Amino acid sequence: MTASSVTPAIEGAAPPPTVDERVAEKAAAVARRKLSSPWASVAAVVLAIAWTTPTLGLLVTSFRPAKDITSNGWWTIFTNPRLTLENYQAVLDPNATAGLPAFFVNSIVITIPAVVAPLMLATLAAYAFAWMKFRFRNALFVAVFALQVVPIQVTLLPLLTMYVKLNLNGTFWSIWLSHTMFGLPLAIFLLHNFMREIPRELVEAARVDGASHVRIFFTLMLPMMRPALAAFGIYQFLWVWNDLLVALTFAGPGKATAPMTVALFNLVGSRGTAWYLLSAGAFVSMVVPVVVFVALQRYFVRGLLAGSVKG
Amino acid sequence: MDIPQKLLAVLYALAAFAVVVGLILVVATWTERRRPRAVAWWFLAPTFALLAVGLVWPALRTIWLSFFGPDGSGFVGLRNYGTIFTSSEDLVVLRNTVLWTLVTPFVATAIGLVYAVLVDGARGESFSKALIFLPMAISLVGASIIWKFMYDFKSLDAGTKAHPPQQIGLLNQIIVWLGGHPYDFLLNSPLNTFFLIAVMIWIQAGFAMTILSASIKAIPVDVVEAARLDGVSRVQMFRFVTLPTIRPAVVVVLTTIAIACLKVFDVVRTMTGGNFGTDVIANEFFTQSFSAANYGLGAALAVLLFVLVIPIVVYNVRQMRASEAR
Repeated sequence: MTASSVTPAIEGAAPPPTVDERVAEKAAAVARRKLSSPWASVAAVVLAIAWTTPTLGLLVTSFRPAKDITSNGWWTIFTNPRLTLENYQAVLDPNATAGLPAFFVNSIVITIPAVVAPLMLATLAAYAFAWMKFRFRNALFVAVFALQVVPIQVTLLPLLTMYVKLNLNGTFWSIWLSHTMFGLPLAIFLLHNFMREIPRELVEAARVDGASHVRIFFTLMLPMMRPALAAFGIYQFLWVWNDLLVALTFAGPGKATAPMTVALFNLVGSRGTAWYLLSAGAFVSMVVPVVVFVALQRYFVRGLLAGSVKG
Repeated sequence: MDIPQKLLAVLYALAAFAVVVGLILVVATWTERRRPRAVAWWFLAPTFALLAVGLVWPALRTIWLSFFGPDGSGFVGLRNYGTIFTSSEDLVVLRNTVLWTLVTPFVATAIGLVYAVLVDGARGESFSKALIFLPMAISLVGASIIWKFMYDFKSLDAGTKAHPPQQIGLLNQIIVWLGGHPYDFLLNSPLNTFFLIAVMIWIQAGFAMTILSASIKAIPVDVVEAARLDGVSRVQMFRFVTLPTIRPAVVVVLTTIAIACLKVFDVVRTMTGGNFGTDVIANEFFTQSFSAANYGLGAALAVLLFVLVIPIVVYNVRQMRASEAR
């Protein structure tokens, strides 16, 4: 696929390259390879190593005995290989104070509704903006778009006060609601852009046949929107899963509602030198997003490209 | 709550959500038969309700609070803003935020661009790109832990002359191998801010690389071929063909990273907690609002963040429009 330039829209189906284009592309690639100097390759390899080593170091550390970790560096593993799963057992022990399972469950509990709700509501709103006629439509769309600018910091204190009054503070509801509200402007903007690319005739033909908007929404729009929904869904998923600020503000620190990011953050604060816990804990928290990344890289990259302006 | 209860809570929440949406859609269908033009409002009702409660009202309330004292009472005018721009601690906060917002975008974009050009069309391109891009997938807390370990410091005083303590942080070990003295990267201001910034560069370079690589590939083949027939070198190609063509994308990347850096919180909070002269606006906002209970100053810091973001976003959107129009 010839990648397009940066646009905030999520491209649905770029026209497949013609045979001529493909041949030309291949020729260009061959030419490029021949032109590339060995120095360029060396530079690329050096950068790749520099970027990977920090993660690799902590990964190796997470499999070393606690005593070894503090007495010598992880690079000695090459001369003195001694590995263990004890660190993972320690963080995965549900009864230990540093036990992560409860927080892992919280992360899942937080993430599912916090992805589904904004996705559904934003698709409805995007449909209205794209295919319905009503007063102030353009002004309202610009207003929703502009709300992306609002940094979530600006909202936290009044929201906290409100949640406390409603007795929602420290419950999953406060986190679900917050992520839904914060995710909506960007979601509406992206899904609207995508919807506008669906041919007008399709919708109009359905209208002429007497289909209601609700029917068109479910039978026509949702199936066609699948790539865009996947892209935003993954973006929102990573946003929520990796979030610290919202969780720290509304969830409280305890096992009841706090997600993994908060658990790790607390661990850094309380046991900042317990590298056997920190390293294993960090990788437990990374497993899910990294699996998503590897499995759905294409959508993932699209979602990130598309979501790059989130406030 | 234990695990089954929590999972049940998710099911209840999803069910409640489905019921609400279902009801709205039933009402919408019913409305459509009588007043076709009113349907849209039902599609928009939940969104507008949530945006009003979750963004518009809190933002206005915060702006209002920023003119009041620590506990939200007692009008103080612009005094909170005055504090931000005069107290020596807050001036450090502002200086650091400026450093973050200026240094990170340019360095991360430069690295991302160089890497994108280097691996473009090379063997194993997608794998090489995935290596640089992976830090984008993990949380900033996780990234902070990875780098805290890289920066780990063991003072030489801890051991004896004959048996100095072994460094477990790679960077200090490299210093030792090169014959230097171990250095406490996170303690010494103002350089420590740059070591925190390095973490963000590590993360954002992958983002820059991905977007710039996409726009490099969008350069028409005939343009590249024509330049090549003219016998330009690799460097000339980059300078006179690649760079001018992808300029709009570069600007979008720069501004996007700048916004992320203005609001940087997780890295600072996790690695230093804002201590040792590394504090930034978003972290100081959190401290004032939720630890120091100085709501007025916290609100003013949030509003300042808001005000600083706006021009960058406006510029960003205009550049996007420009690059879309091409």
